[in-house]
Amino acid sequence: MSAAAVSLRKVGKTFARGEVTAVEEIDLDVQPGEFISLIGPSGCGKSTLLRIVGDLIQPSSGEVVVNGKSANQARRDGDYGIVFQDAVLYDWRTVTRNIALPLEMAGWDRSKRDARVKEMVELVELTGFEKRHPWELSGGMQQRVAIARALSFSPALLLMDEPFGALDEMTRERLNGELLRIWAETGCTVLFVTHSIAEAVFLSTRVVVMSPRPGRITEIIPIDLPQPRTYETREEPRFFELVTQLREALHGGSEREPSLRAAEAE
Amino acid sequence: MSVIATPVAGERLLGRTMRGARSWLPAVAVLLLGLGLWEGLVAALDVQRFLLPPPSDIARTFWDERDALWSAGWYTFKEALGGFLIGCSAGIAVALVLARWRGLSSAIMPYAIAANAVPIIAFAPITNQWFGVLNPLSKMAIAAVLCFFPVLVNALRGLTSVHPSSIELMRSYAAGEVEIFRRVRIPNSLPFLFSALKVASVLAMIGAVVGEYFGGTQEALGVQIRNSAALFAFETAWAAILVASILGISFYLAIVLLERLTMGWHPSARAAE
Repeated sequence: MSAAAVSLRKVGKTFARGEVTAVEEIDLDVQPGEFISLIGPSGCGKSTLLRIVGDLIQPSSGEVVVNGKSANQARRDGDYGIVFQDAVLYDWRTVTRNIALPLEMAGWDRSKRDARVKEMVELVELTGFEKRHPWELSGGMQQRVAIARALSFSPALLLMDEPFGALDEMTRERLNGELLRIWAETGCTVLFVTHSIAEAVFLSTRVVVMSPRPGRITEIIPIDLPQPRTYETREEPRFFELVTQLREALHGGSEREPSLRAAEAE
Repeated sequence: MSVIATPVAGERLLGRTMRGARSWLPAVAVLLLGLGLWEGLVAALDVQRFLLPPPSDIARTFWDERDALWSAGWYTFKEALGGFLIGCSAGIAVALVLARWRGLSSAIMPYAIAANAVPIIAFAPITNQWFGVLNPLSKMAIAAVLCFFPVLVNALRGLTSVHPSSIELMRSYAAGEVEIFRRVRIPNSLPFLFSALKVASVLAMIGAVVGEYFGGTQEALGVQIRNSAALFAFETAWAAILVASILGISFYLAIVLLERLTMGWHPSARAAE
């Protein structure tokens, strides 16, 4: 068995001195090169889980291994890049300098940095916008800058927390396609948090379904759609089957709450 | 597209000047109208000179006594500038400390915010006694205290009102506190800081001039305003106030210029162009 990119063993996290359980008993192995989506209703702890992998939140229990080391060591080694729902670009930096930020902090010299940033600008197709400031860009373009920044130092792992959640449907679908192209080109492992069933099916190699209160993994659905995925993928019968399967998995929890199910059926 | 010739530099400059003139013109017209009205009403209603001298008399005095007025103005401006530098540096330094140790901030900030609402100028007679009426430090002290609180409150707000994801992003790069301050908190605070510095530049001039009303050397502008008014030399008093206004506005504009130079990236700076 090859070393997992991310390995979670009985990971739990409680807040407010143990009174609120965000996630519990999380076991998950992500192989290098996989595209894993975490999906579930609000409060299921999927963003918390992403932050635990990124060593931005400390788990209350369990073990987290990223790239064969502790999450803390992985963060210190720059093993992952992260993209949030908001692009979190710095207004005082141009597109180029936003992308270069992690490289500056890692102490890359100027010429190496410039060459790398140029590559990244091409990768996310922002040529011509290098000297712009973030507020001059559309939401989709800002998010592409954030992706370029997250990938600029070639991390093995890309953590994404609802990166396209604030975008309109058309922009989201286009960026989904671009993200898959970038994923194929870089060969990185992706851990992707989303609310969207269609997005999770379209992007992922496996979808991790979570339920809330407390946040747990209820099901892991392999997505066997052929690669590379294109616009046509969304129109294949298999795509719809998987969407239905995922939807049922997500609503599986409501079998215990018939009133909720009846409300949804209306 | 190619048929449209790019305008030559001269035309462009002219165009910009014309546009500039169009936006300035109403303000200039209001100024002239106001001065004309003042002059006319003073003459028409036969207003007593000691109540309100006509602008023409003030202008004449402003010119005739320019050496004395400007040297007094410069003396007072130096006090204001000294107080501004001391007060703002202290405000920024304390804001940095409080932003780093937030527990301290919750203990201290309620008082800082309350102090911000206190008429600090009321302490001027006391600082005069502390440092000596003739010592410029007594005016610098009151100007410094006036500048300190708004700068502290605003700088702290700028340093701490950072998007949580911004901090998470920096932590994902294994950045320490110093680096988070240097790369996120301090740049983020600049728009807040500059609005405070603009307020402080005005307060520093007020502090210095009003501080001098409570006593100071004969070289000081505030003392000259007070004495001329007491001696019914109202044209001189008004001319001195004009000097104080010019210095105050110039000080303010200098901060605006500094803001433009350091924050060219900021949308507000672009929008104002």
